[in-house]
Amino acid sequence: MTVTSDAGVAGGGSRAGDLLVVDDLRTHFRVPTGDVKAVDGVSFALPRGTTLGIVGESGSGKTVLSRSIMGLNTAGNAVTTGSVLYDGTELIGRSSKEMKALWGAEMAMIFQDPMTSLNPVVKVGRQLTEHVRFHFGTNRSDARAAAIDMLQSVRIPEAAERMDNYPHHMSGGMRQRVCIAIALACSPKLLFADEPTTALDVTVQHQILNLLSQQQRERAMTMILVTHDLGVVATRAAEIAVMYAGKIVEKAPTPVLFAEMRHPYTQSLLWSIPKTSQPKHTRLSAIAGRPPDLINPPPGCKFAPRCPYAQQRCRDEEPQLVDGPGARHQFACHFPVGTPENREAFDRNLASGLPQTLTVAGCLAAREDIVEIGDGA
Amino acid sequence: MAGSGKAHLRPSESVLLRAEDLTVEFPVGGGRVVHAVSGISFDVAKGETLGLVGESGCGKSTTGRAILQLPRPTGGSITLNDVDLTRLDSGTMRQRRTDVQMIFQDPISSLNPRRTIGDIVAEPLQVWGPKRPDDQWDIVARMLDAVGIDPEAARRKRPHEFSGGQCQRISIARALVMEPELIICDEPVSALDVSVQAQILNLLEDLKAQHGLTLVFIAHDLAVVKNISDRVAVMYLGKMCELAESDELYASPAHPYTRLLMESHPEPDPGVAIDESMTELGELPSPIAPPSGCRFRTRCPLADERCAREEPQMRRVNDDHYVACHHPLVAVDDDLSAASRQPTLPLTAPATA
Ligand SMILES: Nc1ncnc2c1ncn2[C@@H]1O[C@H](COP(=O)(O)OP(=O)(O)OP(=O)(O)O)[C@@H](O)[C@H]1O
Ligand SMILES: Nc1ncnc2c1ncn2[C@@H]1O[C@H](COP(=O)(O)OP(=O)(O)O)[C@@H](O)[C@H]1O
Ligand code: SF4
Ligand code: SF4
Ligand SMILES: [Mg+2]
Ligand SMILES: [Mg+2]
Repeated sequence: MTVTSDAGVAGGGSRAGDLLVVDDLRTHFRVPTGDVKAVDGVSFALPRGTTLGIVGESGSGKTVLSRSIMGLNTAGNAVTTGSVLYDGTELIGRSSKEMKALWGAEMAMIFQDPMTSLNPVVKVGRQLTEHVRFHFGTNRSDARAAAIDMLQSVRIPEAAERMDNYPHHMSGGMRQRVCIAIALACSPKLLFADEPTTALDVTVQHQILNLLSQQQRERAMTMILVTHDLGVVATRAAEIAVMYAGKIVEKAPTPVLFAEMRHPYTQSLLWSIPKTSQPKHTRLSAIAGRPPDLINPPPGCKFAPRCPYAQQRCRDEEPQLVDGPGARHQFACHFPVGTPENREAFDRNLASGLPQTLTVAGCLAAREDIVEIGDGA
Repeated sequence: MAGSGKAHLRPSESVLLRAEDLTVEFPVGGGRVVHAVSGISFDVAKGETLGLVGESGCGKSTTGRAILQLPRPTGGSITLNDVDLTRLDSGTMRQRRTDVQMIFQDPISSLNPRRTIGDIVAEPLQVWGPKRPDDQWDIVARMLDAVGIDPEAARRKRPHEFSGGQCQRISIARALVMEPELIICDEPVSALDVSVQAQILNLLEDLKAQHGLTLVFIAHDLAVVKNISDRVAVMYLGKMCELAESDELYASPAHPYTRLLMESHPEPDPGVAIDESMTELGELPSPIAPPSGCRFRTRCPLADERCAREEPQMRRVNDDHYVACHHPLVAVDDDLSAASRQPTLPLTAPATA
């Protein structure tokens, strides 16, 4: 099913230099109790050669979003609508055969669990050479040389010997390197990395992220880096989109997002994360409650039940993602952080004793690093 | 060469728990042995939280379980309140086990799916608690309430009806019913979203203040460990590298491995400069045949021939800061002249093994 909205790219800031323009993308899953609105109206434009970080908590729709763009949502109960313009051509409505033709040389994906893309009973070398021969039609010995090159390019030591390993002979970090090698083999223009380092140790995560950044720069690749960890994208992405309950609630150039966040969810997320720069026993500002049910989300703003600034208007009227005053900074909130309206909303909720507002106020009193509710981290 | 030294241990009368030369080995066939924990020593004072950090497989969980004698350690001693648990017969040990409780990483699967929350939390009381069900329920209700779960609403529900964060609260309530002196938390927040993680960390801090709990907190996230711990011990491949008061450890790490961990930690701050040159660092050596001398030497940029020959012992850096390294990054008390101060040395090139 294809519905192309005529509303243009809401707040997407589309330009000729964009490789990807996503407009009002929705993926709903039909289940017996209703529709799971996993992705519910996402719009953004991604300039060529840049990295977009997508952050959000578990279940916010990050994986479904990337799979929807790539046409990987093959579940029978999935319905995707909206528009995805890749290099000027519409992808929504294409058959899976047409999409498959794009996988490899146009777009590729790295998954959280390397075993998603590796065959456990086939030697790593053969998996690589088959990939090379399938895409380039090379002969056996050239394919082997190419495969060894690929392993070397992802810094696997003793690459020739590693060709004879089965995936289970390798550490998690090594397997993820192999997946990166496969994903990069056909020099894709767009690379999706969905939690590529979540299962790995910090030291290995650091190396894999460095490797991805290097490859991205060398190949002038466009990249979407999906993670639940704001720390992972803080230094790796040019822009960050924050997802909550199937929607982008804020998107900004990375330094702007951290220094001048406008969405209360972004702020809550940052306040809840411990940092090594804080003294021990720093009181964390936990976010009250839980994310909404995606089958019957609350009317109005989906964050309202947990938001310390929520007003009646928030419960009645859903805020739209709109351009803020700053360049490429969009947010969806009626009472954005840092505005006098936000301050008034906070004071009103404090006076009326809204539990989540009282909790935040208590935490702020206990913390020295946050002076004002308009502050960032 | 025995363990990594004990210069960092405090007088035994001032601590609740003391592990000395703790060794845990697992035979894996063919006469080979996994050296999971190799002669580590540490102590925890009453009311204190000791954090244990290190990469996957370094022996954190094994250490936590060895405190509970699960399984009994291969060597060394575990002294709780002046009683060496390794010398107790299994009957006495079962009884003492109620003094120490454990909370695990996966909150949902660590609770029996077929039993009600009321039964799950009451379970430790069945053997050692009051016999009357009403008395048991009073304790259970009090603990559920303390962890922010409505006792009456939860009593007849089963684990799948709760979120991961709520299940972790229930696990904590179950650990609390015996009023243990020590709780070992093995990655209790690693499977949780950051917002829920913050709720659980705050809860543990509150419970600690109210009940005077002593915690051993195992985690791989450096920021989480710093947040909750009074002191932090860094482990690598079954050995202890460094132990210090938390703020001190993060301000001036003395062990090259500690610094590597810190440089790898993704701080949520775009202003932090990251060194992107590090794309490989050698593989973690096998715990079946760990390197001679310092076990970190195959990945350490400062390793020299002495590191291969001689195992470094724990030495004092200052007040409450100890390191086991021949070339520490911060001057060591006992040989100020010889210590190398190299805080700017890049940690990029792995040394050849
Ligand atoms: N029953 C066992 N038999 C053989 N080896 C074991 C056994 N239990 C643990 N090991 C090994 O002992 C070492 C330490 O394991 P442990 O589970 O304590 O690590 P950890 O630091 O808790 O790691 P993680 O961060 O992955 O939880 C590892 O090499 C592990 O594979
Ligand atoms: N095939 C499916 N059927 C029903 N619901 C699904 C399906 N796939 C994903 N979902 C739901 O969609 C939501 C978003 O999931 P996902 O994109 O995987 O989240 P994230 O990657 O942000 O953790 C979740 O509530 C998830 O349970
Ligand atoms: S202030 Fe209102 S609109 Fe903004 S996030 Fe909170 S509830 Fe939503
Ligand atoms: S300098 Fe030597 S002793 Fe110190 S960590 Fe490196 S290898 Fe080990
Ligand atoms: Mg996901
Ligand atoms: Mg473990």
